[in-house]
Amino acid sequence: MQAPFTSHHTVSKRVLGLFAIGIALTATVAVLGVILGMLADFAVKGGPELTWSFLTEYPRNSNMEGGIFPALAGTTFLVLLMTLMGVPIGTATAIYLTEFARQDSWFARSVRFAVNTLAGVPSIVFGLFGVGFFVQFVGKGLDTASGSSVFGDGSLLWCAATLAVLTLPVVIVAVEEALRAVPRELREASLALGATRWQTITKVVLPNAVSGILTGSILAVGRGAGEVAAILFVGVTYSAESLPDAVTEKFMHLGYHLYVLATQSPDVEATLPLQYATTIVLLGLTFLLNFSAIYLRSRLRRR
Amino acid sequence: MHPFKKIKRHPFEPVAEWSIRLIASFSIILIFLIFLFVFREAAGLFTPDAPAGPSQQAPSSESTSSSPQQESYGEDLQQESYGGDLQQESYGEDLQQESYGDDLQQESYGEDLQQESYGGDVAEGEHVLYVPRNPNYPEIYNSETGMLPADIDEIPGEQAPAVVEKAPGGLLDNLLGDTWQPVSEQPKFGVWPLVIGTLKTTLIAIALGAPLGILAALYTAFFARRRVREIVKPAIELLAGFPSVVIGFFCLVTVASFLQETFGMEYRLNAIVGGIGLSLAVIPIVYSIAEDALNAVPKTLREASLALGSTEWQTAYRVMLPAAAPGVIAAVILGIGRAFGETMIAIMATGNAPMESWNILTPARTFAATIGSEMGEVVWGSEHYGILFLLGTVLFVVSFGLNALTELYVKKRLIKKFQGH
Repeated sequence: MQAPFTSHHTVSKRVLGLFAIGIALTATVAVLGVILGMLADFAVKGGPELTWSFLTEYPRNSNMEGGIFPALAGTTFLVLLMTLMGVPIGTATAIYLTEFARQDSWFARSVRFAVNTLAGVPSIVFGLFGVGFFVQFVGKGLDTASGSSVFGDGSLLWCAATLAVLTLPVVIVAVEEALRAVPRELREASLALGATRWQTITKVVLPNAVSGILTGSILAVGRGAGEVAAILFVGVTYSAESLPDAVTEKFMHLGYHLYVLATQSPDVEATLPLQYATTIVLLGLTFLLNFSAIYLRSRLRRR
Repeated sequence: MHPFKKIKRHPFEPVAEWSIRLIASFSIILIFLIFLFVFREAAGLFTPDAPAGPSQQAPSSESTSSSPQQESYGEDLQQESYGGDLQQESYGEDLQQESYGDDLQQESYGEDLQQESYGGDVAEGEHVLYVPRNPNYPEIYNSETGMLPADIDEIPGEQAPAVVEKAPGGLLDNLLGDTWQPVSEQPKFGVWPLVIGTLKTTLIAIALGAPLGILAALYTAFFARRRVREIVKPAIELLAGFPSVVIGFFCLVTVASFLQETFGMEYRLNAIVGGIGLSLAVIPIVYSIAEDALNAVPKTLREASLALGSTEWQTAYRVMLPAAAPGVIAAVILGIGRAFGETMIAIMATGNAPMESWNILTPARTFAATIGSEMGEVVWGSEHYGILFLLGTVLFVVSFGLNALTELYVKKRLIKKFQGH
């Protein structure tokens, strides 16, 4: 929209204007260019490696050849377990924030503040928390109580718990948004018909927010699937003979696999194609999850 | 609530409602737990029964003199002198350095507090007299004070240099040294190289990421056509979904080689490459928060500005951007927090060598990367282990502080700005 009278604008001002818009455009194009460049780089160098057998085979020759099946499976187990732990807690918190709390009460505000803070805590700190709390405190505690030595070491279980904590804010924010999108009238109608608050929540509000809860879970999974720093010392392993039989075993993980291949393998150059292919799989997984979350959310907003 | 409330509630319902409340408090509890348990592992450093060091078991002959210790038993004095040290060694970047100094001081104050609260049980004079008497016999000192855990707290931390130490001083002296060499005959835990590395990479990341993010937000919010906006916005937000290990890998392999081929740098991986990688993590955060802030500015401001005859770009840069300033500042602060705490990119792309150099073309190592790369090999419960957790505590406290700053200060200003006219 151009202002109608532009005659008082001098040439230099017009140049300045072009520059102002140009620099913003340049920045945008630069960012988009980097993103596209990154994707193209991965696709070109990793695409040819990406075969069906790469996805379904075990690594061979100390991970220098072969596929990534155990890492893919381990990541899947991890995010499933994480979802089971984190989503109920996140959903309950979101229900509290939207349905129970008065918005100005100090408790609600502290919960909100805590959620925002959690979202900003560096993931490596969650990793330390996983070691200090889940492994050292809870795990060792359970071991002493039961007289075994099952829990007191890094494992799939503790990784999932750590990631559940890490992704909690993602779930809460997404579910809260979905709950707020449920029209007030539905709640009022339900209450007016004599339903209790609890009945209203479970029978009216939650069924209308299912897609939101799903969105939150998917976003959390997308975040959790790519997270490496938080689980570095909580139970991932570089090579496993087989898939984990129990949640208390160590497991392989896509992101960690990539990290080790790229930085610590004996011949980094030789495994470069494998690294690119692993990157594509990891990125593809997170994109798939993020896109489906975006799709669900846009459907939710349209309603 | 309402007069005819005869609705029959299932007895289960109050229970369910209260458990929801309980679960909601989980987030708050978690914050405390994180601090508590990360710090708990670090706290081993300050108690004598942790194998806090070869330093303790080796009572030395090359004693640093006991005189300073006698003079300055009063904790305050010494603390101030440490604070002074920090500032003396200042490397220029005052702002952040001060904040780091604060952290250290906070910790030592924390100790101080504890001490006092414990010390209350005992006659003050007792240990004041006591310490100078046996400056060279740590064992006796320990057995005597075994009942006063907090008193011992202090020994490895602050007094130890005079009492027990062999080489260059106590834990704190060691921490303030300028070499980070945790795995060696005589481990050195000087954090200065890490502080410098963290500042270097974070500053580069923000210097690159903040302008790019803000300008891109301005473009999408005001200049782009609707069609374009609907493509650009999700595309940049897609970047937020990139796992950091993927960004790290990209920088490690492609960006590093490209830069080296183009500019012929001495080190292939260096602070610049790391900073570029971190900026890729920062950009989507800055972008989406700044874009939200720009869109939250009331439309009336824009219309008024246009009606007064200013052009679209003048309105964007001189009216809308200043009006959204608190939100944009919040975006940058959160971006700083992200760059500061990012681990995988920092491990993979910075070269990860603790060098005490402000040169941006040399490798750097950040706090987070130090934890990430050394935690795997550390002996559990050792001094090194404790120090890594101490670094983690610093990371947590800083990120908490940055977040509190945006929550309490910036948002309040934003609200006041648009409601308080």
